[in-house]
Amino acid sequence: MSKLYNLSANQVYAGIRARDFTAEEYIFQILERINKVNGKVNALILIDSKGALEKARLVDRKVREDEKRLGALAGIAIGIKDNICTKGLKTTCASKLLEEYVPPYDATAVRRLKDDDAIIIGKLNLDEFAMGSSTEFSSFGPTRNPWNIDCVAGGSSGGSAASVASSECSASLGSDTGGSIRCPASFCSVVGLKPTYGQVSRFGLIPYANSLEQIGPIGKTVSDVVMIMNTIAGADDNDQTIRVTYNTPGYALPSKRKMRIGLVKELTEGADPEISKRIYSAMDLYTSLDCYCEETSINYVEYALASYYTIAMAEASSNLARYDNIRYGFNFSPDGYEWNAYFAKARSNFGDEVKRRIIIGTYILSSAYYGKYYLKAQKVRTMLKRELGLLFKKYDILITPTMPVLPFKIGEKIRDPIKMFMIDIDTVVANLAGIPSISVPAGFSNGLPIGLQIMADEFQEQKLFDAALLFENETYIDRGPEL
Amino acid sequence: MAMMGAKDEQDSSTKIGLEIHCQLTSLQSKLFCSCLCNYRDKEPNKNICPICCGLPGTLPLLNKAALELASMVSLALGCRIPQNIMFYRKNYFYPDLPKNFQLTQYNTYGITSIGVNGRLNYGKKSSRIRRIQLEEDPGRLVYESNGINIGSSYTLIDYNRAGISLVEIVTEPDFSDPKDVRIFLNKFTSIIEHLGVCNTKLEGSVRCDANVSIQGGKRVEIKNVGSFKDVEKALNYEIARQKTMSMHDIKIQAETRHWDDTRKVTKQARTKEEEQDYRYFPEPDIPTILLGREHASSVNVKMPELPDERKDRFIINYGLSEHISQVLIDNKELADFFELTVKIYSSPKEIANWIVTELLRFADDDSLIEAKMDSSVSSQTFLFAGLKIGAKHIAELAKLVDSNIINRNAAKMILTQISKTGEMPSQVLARTNVLKTDDKNIISEAVESVFRTEQFALRDAKNNPNVANFLLGKVMKLTKGRADPKITLHLIKTKLDGLS
Repeated sequence: MSKLYNLSANQVYAGIRARDFTAEEYIFQILERINKVNGKVNALILIDSKGALEKARLVDRKVREDEKRLGALAGIAIGIKDNICTKGLKTTCASKLLEEYVPPYDATAVRRLKDDDAIIIGKLNLDEFAMGSSTEFSSFGPTRNPWNIDCVAGGSSGGSAASVASSECSASLGSDTGGSIRCPASFCSVVGLKPTYGQVSRFGLIPYANSLEQIGPIGKTVSDVVMIMNTIAGADDNDQTIRVTYNTPGYALPSKRKMRIGLVKELTEGADPEISKRIYSAMDLYTSLDCYCEETSINYVEYALASYYTIAMAEASSNLARYDNIRYGFNFSPDGYEWNAYFAKARSNFGDEVKRRIIIGTYILSSAYYGKYYLKAQKVRTMLKRELGLLFKKYDILITPTMPVLPFKIGEKIRDPIKMFMIDIDTVVANLAGIPSISVPAGFSNGLPIGLQIMADEFQEQKLFDAALLFENETYIDRGPEL
Repeated sequence: MAMMGAKDEQDSSTKIGLEIHCQLTSLQSKLFCSCLCNYRDKEPNKNICPICCGLPGTLPLLNKAALELASMVSLALGCRIPQNIMFYRKNYFYPDLPKNFQLTQYNTYGITSIGVNGRLNYGKKSSRIRRIQLEEDPGRLVYESNGINIGSSYTLIDYNRAGISLVEIVTEPDFSDPKDVRIFLNKFTSIIEHLGVCNTKLEGSVRCDANVSIQGGKRVEIKNVGSFKDVEKALNYEIARQKTMSMHDIKIQAETRHWDDTRKVTKQARTKEEEQDYRYFPEPDIPTILLGREHASSVNVKMPELPDERKDRFIINYGLSEHISQVLIDNKELADFFELTVKIYSSPKEIANWIVTELLRFADDDSLIEAKMDSSVSSQTFLFAGLKIGAKHIAELAKLVDSNIINRNAAKMILTQISKTGEMPSQVLARTNVLKTDDKNIISEAVESVFRTEQFALRDAKNNPNVANFLLGKVMKLTKGRADPKITLHLIKTKLDGLS
């Protein structure tokens, strides 16, 4: 039991329950691990040692005194992306504008984790307001890829993926607006799920683009992700966009089946050759496991990226209007300012990427261009959804690469916004259509991780888990980055 | 150069449209959170929560009851309710707006507001209602002045009001005379009071903006009008201003003007070139609400009696005149008082007369003046607040008159007494002995006395028919109103005839 921090969430839960080790021992190791590696990786931007130890002791007392009352995630150290509200813990969105912001309430997902006795270890780095695909646009500096610290961890949930990959926590919550969970999961070789839109409450998720995003789990294994989904998913009176009526979905493991699988040709062929090779071999693997596989196409994929960024920026420009530093924010005295001047001055503290998206989004929504851009983007979205609906009559799941590129060097794309947008091509499809999508590790190329993306029809998370587990069982290597 | 007289020159080329904001004060909670709707008595910023303060990560939760009340307003104003309802974000920056956008409704990209294409008849005219939308009220800015410095270096914000449900009613520019606007607003007030959706007496619960254009001029919007009563004044001023400009060949530009309540003028606020683009788009956090086909009819069933129906009922069931009914109906409180009184003692005509001609004199001073000047009373203060006269008083008074125990003049005096003490009429009667007298001896004595003292008037009696009435007044005064006027007049006339 020397390296408790390396355990998967399921192993931690089982170990604490079996009294192999205490939650306190485990949390101590996690904190030591953070102490050792976080300086290199920069995944956590707030560490709640005190709160974590208190909760660990509470869990240990329950183990001793009242085992039946132990929650389903008892003792597991979980990190929270810093755009998800945690009561009493600063929630900054990695932005100067929320530098001092302490939410007075927990996000529904966080509250459910706490209720199930998970231990909130700290807050995780991200691109400012989740706008980015590399976690380079953070006021806390970039998160580095644990597998190669010169490379980006992916984004925007870079901290969520890197912290799990570097064993600074056993699992984490991220948010995914256009690939923000799956991209870093792929780059850091962990499992990341974007649930069906309306499956996990967004209450307490600080919005970037409300109609596209979901909170989702990142874990070391598929079963860890399933475990956390069973806690966070389900009906919530605080979110009117929730589309489930039951409380916990109760995903089962494993449920083996012969699946019909479509490999999306244009997305696979368009990727780095090393990556597309891996995806084709994934198809071969599924075929060898009695699945029916063939290549297929999504015609509307060609408009997906434009549609995604149009909608996302439009919503973002409005969502971010409230940060005027009047009701909450950072330390900046209003003395001597007229309101408009104060407001403008305060808002000049947004980072460049956020400013870019606010400006473009404002332009998109202006009455002269609304029809030309926003409405058209919504039409594409509808068409894409319809097309996918038809495809899912034919296939249980669709597979693609998660990312068309391997993790790249920090700074490499930061001056070329369009290039940065382009790498979201594989992931935005699921957000536009509101369908679930998971990224699972699919090997390495030159020591850099590759991810397989699996998509299913809405509310068919179970199919995703079945397919992901099937793949994981055949390909899993117990390997961690050297830090 | 005549600013005056504009009122008499209203013509159909003047076009006036209205935007009325009405708080749904009868709701329990705000439009998108569970904070209380009654924010008025609270300490500043004590009626707020993460949702109505727009804290990051919060989501709006639509108050279904607000949707129902807004539907009632829509149906009462003859609007169609679409099957699918949506909310839009109206984006603009202002310190009283916690999210820097307002949740409202918008019809440009499809009809999704709670009401559309309505019509309201008022008097002999009618105005079309373009749309009704449900939206959230912003907070309030409080400008501090400490008495030493004029104005202050800071402004306070109170978010207690932020998120209160409002319905906005937008009319077509169908008015040409500000007087009609007043009548329309009175009718509207009566309707929402009858619906029970809004207590119009609460300060700021109803507000009205207007837009005006005259022949050849651009549309000018008037905002900041404090009460319904001032709308007519603001419009009269604005029309006169525009006509004066037009007379001098000055172009009337599109602009927004604010009503200055102290100086009673409109002042330029911003020109149309500075007009904001609100960048409307559908609120992603509130999915489209599918009301369905049955919605309108299910709301219709719950609709209370509306002023028009009530007026008809007053005319038919109580035999009241059109005019008296209208006066009662225009103020729900008055109509309710009438019906309460009739329940106690069923003499509708007598009671209606008492209420309309006498009781209104005692209503509090402001509304008293209004009531006298304006038959279609609409007062935004509680009409009978602090008044000691209740339905039971009027009922008993009417009964005493009906049964000829006292005459009207005596009854009026009793009413004055009641208004001070709150005693029952019979008590006042017993105390002051103002029983009507038909005792001919007493009356003739009084008549004799008056004939002796008013010699001067008698000289004129032959040529002036008013003398008889003059003498009657004197007799009534002498008998403290007790003399039966019919008998008295008969006696006077006989006596006058005898003189000639």
